[in-house]
Amino acid sequence: MSKMKLLRKFMKGNLLLYTGAIISVALATVASMISPLVLRTVIDSIIGGKPIEAPDFIIRIIENLGGRTYIAQNLWLCAIVLVVVSVLNGIFLYTKGKWSSKAAESIAKNMRDWLYDKLQNLSYDYHVKAETGDLIQRCTSDVETVRRFIGIQLVEIGRALFILTAISFVLFRLDTELAMVSLAMVPVIFLYSYFYFKKVKKSFKASDEAEGRLSNVLQENLTGVRVVRAFGRQAYEVEKFKARNLEFKDITYELIRLLAWYWSVSGGICMLQIGAVFVMGVYRTAIGEMSLGTLTAFNTYIGMLLWPVRYMGRILTDLGKMMVSLDRIGEILNKEDERSQVEGEKPPINGDIKFKNVYFEYEKGKPVLKDLTFDIPEGKTVAILGSTGSGKSSLVHLLQRLYDYQDGSITIGGVELKRIDKKWLRQHIGIVLQEPFLFSKTIKENISLACTNTTDEEVCDVAKTASIHDVILNFEKGYETPVGEKGVTLSGGQKQRVAIARTIIRNCPILIFDDSLSAVDTETDAAIRKALKERSRDVTTIIISHRITTLSEADKIIVLEQGKVTQSGTHEQLIQEEGLYKRIWELQSSLEDELYSQIEHQQAVGAN
Amino acid sequence: MDAFKEEDYSKQFDIGLWKKLLRCLIPYKKLLVVSIGLIVLIGAIDAVFPLITRYAIDNFIMEGKLSDLIYFAPLYGFLIVFQSVNVFLHIAVSGKIEMGVCYDLRETGFKRLQELSYSYYDRTPVGWIMARMTSDVQRLSETLSWGFTDLIWGFSMMVFIMAALFAMNWKLALISLSVVPVLAVVSVYFQKRILDAYRVVRKTNSQITGGFNEGIQGARTTKTLVREKRNLGEFEGLTGNMRKSAITAAVLSALYMPLVMILGSIGTGLALWFGGQRVMLEVMSYGTLVAFISYTVQFFEPIREMARIFAELQYAQASAERVMSLVDTEPEIVDSKEVIEKMGDVFSPKVKNWPPVKGDIKFENVTFKYKDGEKVLENFNLHVRTGETIALVGETGSGKSTIVNLVCRFYEPTEGRILIDNVDYRNRSQLWLQSNLGYVLQTPHLFSGTIRENIRYGRLDATDEEVEEAARLVHADEFIKKLEKQYDTEVGEGGGRLSTGEKQLISFARAILANPRIFVLDEATSSIDTETEQIIQSAIQKVLKGRTSFIIAHRLSTIRSADRILVIRDGKIIEEGNHYQLIKKKGYYYNLYTNQFKEEQEKQLLRAQ
Repeated sequence: MSKMKLLRKFMKGNLLLYTGAIISVALATVASMISPLVLRTVIDSIIGGKPIEAPDFIIRIIENLGGRTYIAQNLWLCAIVLVVVSVLNGIFLYTKGKWSSKAAESIAKNMRDWLYDKLQNLSYDYHVKAETGDLIQRCTSDVETVRRFIGIQLVEIGRALFILTAISFVLFRLDTELAMVSLAMVPVIFLYSYFYFKKVKKSFKASDEAEGRLSNVLQENLTGVRVVRAFGRQAYEVEKFKARNLEFKDITYELIRLLAWYWSVSGGICMLQIGAVFVMGVYRTAIGEMSLGTLTAFNTYIGMLLWPVRYMGRILTDLGKMMVSLDRIGEILNKEDERSQVEGEKPPINGDIKFKNVYFEYEKGKPVLKDLTFDIPEGKTVAILGSTGSGKSSLVHLLQRLYDYQDGSITIGGVELKRIDKKWLRQHIGIVLQEPFLFSKTIKENISLACTNTTDEEVCDVAKTASIHDVILNFEKGYETPVGEKGVTLSGGQKQRVAIARTIIRNCPILIFDDSLSAVDTETDAAIRKALKERSRDVTTIIISHRITTLSEADKIIVLEQGKVTQSGTHEQLIQEEGLYKRIWELQSSLEDELYSQIEHQQAVGAN
Repeated sequence: MDAFKEEDYSKQFDIGLWKKLLRCLIPYKKLLVVSIGLIVLIGAIDAVFPLITRYAIDNFIMEGKLSDLIYFAPLYGFLIVFQSVNVFLHIAVSGKIEMGVCYDLRETGFKRLQELSYSYYDRTPVGWIMARMTSDVQRLSETLSWGFTDLIWGFSMMVFIMAALFAMNWKLALISLSVVPVLAVVSVYFQKRILDAYRVVRKTNSQITGGFNEGIQGARTTKTLVREKRNLGEFEGLTGNMRKSAITAAVLSALYMPLVMILGSIGTGLALWFGGQRVMLEVMSYGTLVAFISYTVQFFEPIREMARIFAELQYAQASAERVMSLVDTEPEIVDSKEVIEKMGDVFSPKVKNWPPVKGDIKFENVTFKYKDGEKVLENFNLHVRTGETIALVGETGSGKSTIVNLVCRFYEPTEGRILIDNVDYRNRSQLWLQSNLGYVLQTPHLFSGTIRENIRYGRLDATDEEVEEAARLVHADEFIKKLEKQYDTEVGEGGGRLSTGEKQLISFARAILANPRIFVLDEATSSIDTETEQIIQSAIQKVLKGRTSFIIAHRLSTIRSADRILVIRDGKIIEEGNHYQLIKKKGYYYNLYTNQFKEEQEKQLLRAQ
């Protein structure tokens, strides 16, 4: 999608509001044009004695009201007209403000919702590689830039253009020569603002960067407070901070001085323009070529005109920034996500899993799994032992279709995995990741995260199974304790147990534990496994672990080395074979040998 | 944590606080006088323009004295240029004050942060301090420099305009200004509401940022739990709130501006009505009428400004309270006057008067309680001889970290005393002890800068050769040499460009360079591969040689080589002795050792693949 298409998509559904806002701006501009004209007529013709210069219908209204003399005796009528005109102006300004902000906020909401939805549905691989900080920047400040531009600044540009046209029109009608003088400075101010802000951007950036360096020193000092103290480097740190503080002060002061130039020079230009018109106007009025009322009107109009022009120059410099932001948002939204693929089948999922000659690689030419063949019968527990980088995590990722295999076949209940709908599959396979992410909700909400209707008993029940119930009750607010910044910080092992609870509550026919008890001590590990066995007898379970006690209880053990199955069988079979499994199992006895030799060594040395 | 939530501002205007704050302006007295002088001048000139209009109309137009126009025009131009110069100077001077106050506040705050006790950092999240030192300080200095002068501008302009109006025609002045009280009330009401509304918007906005953050970091979990739809639903609730509150704020502003305008037009209408009558009766000149009309339009600007500033002052006060609470926090651990006199303070130490440290450490009946009364140690006794290596073993919360923090004097004993070389360490300065301390953390902390700079942090006057020698000693130079820029490689923020193991080696080198007498090692457990582990192991041996050292150990090899192992539980030593003695005992240590041994061996076997 191109930028313009994207923009149109964001604005969709808000066109009516937008049009309303623009029309309001136009009407408000027209209304604001009227009061100086009213003042002019009053000064020249009602108070003064000149004939009224106005469209016929106005003259007719004045005559119907009782003519000039009547109005002169009842000047409050004019005051009422002024107020009415300004009420009209006010109403339009209000509708403009209301409608344009409604449109802008709806557009911003659309952008945010789309981005969030997109991010959630991008592939697993995308999120493995994603840089959170950069993504958040795009979702927040870039969205804000676009919102401000299309929501506020665009309408302001419209306003400036309306004012420029309307005022030029009226001024030329009133006095051609003076109108030309009046508009002389408009392009100058516009260009001055435009180029000034283009230039000053660098200084803004320099100031931001200096502030970044300042807060970086502060942040590092605070997080490294132990190191600072331990080396007694307080004075050194103060010097370091002072240098950055001074740098920030100087650079930012430079920026303020630049801004001072801008405000004083552009203000001066505006005032000189007003002054020139005034002096010339006075001259023309004095020699009788213009009326006093016209002079007052000119004065007011020029004041109305110059400030929006100055602002417009500034806004246009932001256009480039908006385009960049739009690009950055577009980069996310234009990525292909998981939903764009065809919807798959939804067969019953029981748990009969077969791997046949499966080949998988993340990068071309670097296979992670090669020629993998084994099967997992329904309702059985299979344990996988493998060294780092053996591909065991990849194997379970394939089962949830977080990644797709390149060659070979995996079937569940006889149906090829690639044909099964991803969400359907994930609903039936529960997986506990090694480093689970908990959301900043209460513990209860975290456990029942994936279910819609859960009772408190169910939550307690799974928490007990995961051996976390007692831990939770120890917190002050129990299950209602919030997790994360605003609540308790859970240890790695506690997090893993909450993750187990939130997975088993879903009652999936297939459960996968990806080394998900690694941070739990061995006794708790055993307790959890026992409780799990009682709870889910018929569930097909895959456990990845390096603990021999965990492995040994499985119906079948698969040893994975460098992407291949090197051994498989029961514990009894495997301890008879030479291989990784046996070596690990033998550690048990080697430990005792080791301890004996240590004690012997000590006795021999006779120390202490 | 509740204490650190974004506190709400207090509604009362705190005069004492502002008095204290005005003291920040004392160094800028002269600039402030200039700034105020300028702003009064600017206000006066702003107020003078309608009078000039009046003069021009009455003299040139009505009486036709055109010859003076030749003098009038340049004078008028000169006034404009003069006003522009004033504006420039005012912005420049106020900017100088703003940046100066900002600089001073940050420096004071930072110095205070360097003095605050270690326990302060236990209780206070870094984010909280950061916010105080950055945005709060900024808002405060902005208010102190611009807010006050803007207020004076508004006030002086109002006074000038009123003076001009009353001088011209006091009756008409009273009539035209009759809407001002209404305007003032409306302004104060709306400015407050508008500011409140934007505050809600900002709060909601930070929730949305949080939502995105969680959405992105939890995306993988969401996928495995198939919760995309419900997450989106919850997020849409947030963005819906955002839309609502942002529209509320915008509508309030959209309502306020027209209201001001309409009230203003009533003032103009009144001036036109009654002034027009007087002109027709020829008791008032045309010029005066035009001047009156301009003034009624001009009058509302200062009122609007003042209402805005008063509303903002309330928030600035909240910022001020928070900044002051930081600056006014007293450190819990302070050196006594006598000690400072003799040994100097943190910023100007008198190193000459420092006795050398041998490293003999005694805990005598030490009891330690946290502020909330939780007792961690009770009647704890321990004697560590010079050069001895002590390993502390125990579960999280057993009190082993407290013991180490007490040794470093990050905490002080609630009761009892700690002797270093047979002198209560409270009779020495903190810097004396800490300058003789080597500290290597579980999660090594590096500062942005090069590797060389980071190692040199241990001893600032070390030569390049000494830095490299230290690195060689702990085998850090092997990986450093492989880097493109070697010792001049930037480590990135927090050392982010290096692996944990590499960071650890550098922090060892840093500690060795400092050549401390007492060494504390809070050992890392994981994320180091076997090879690095062996290298680090030998580095540790080198670092500890001949120094008194405390190790909070997890790795068996380190524990095993300690001279004495203390098993800590609930603040008490339950087992004590060297490795062999404790193995023989078959107690807590034996269990811990065997379990951990198995884990380590298993991991190693799986890694070796």
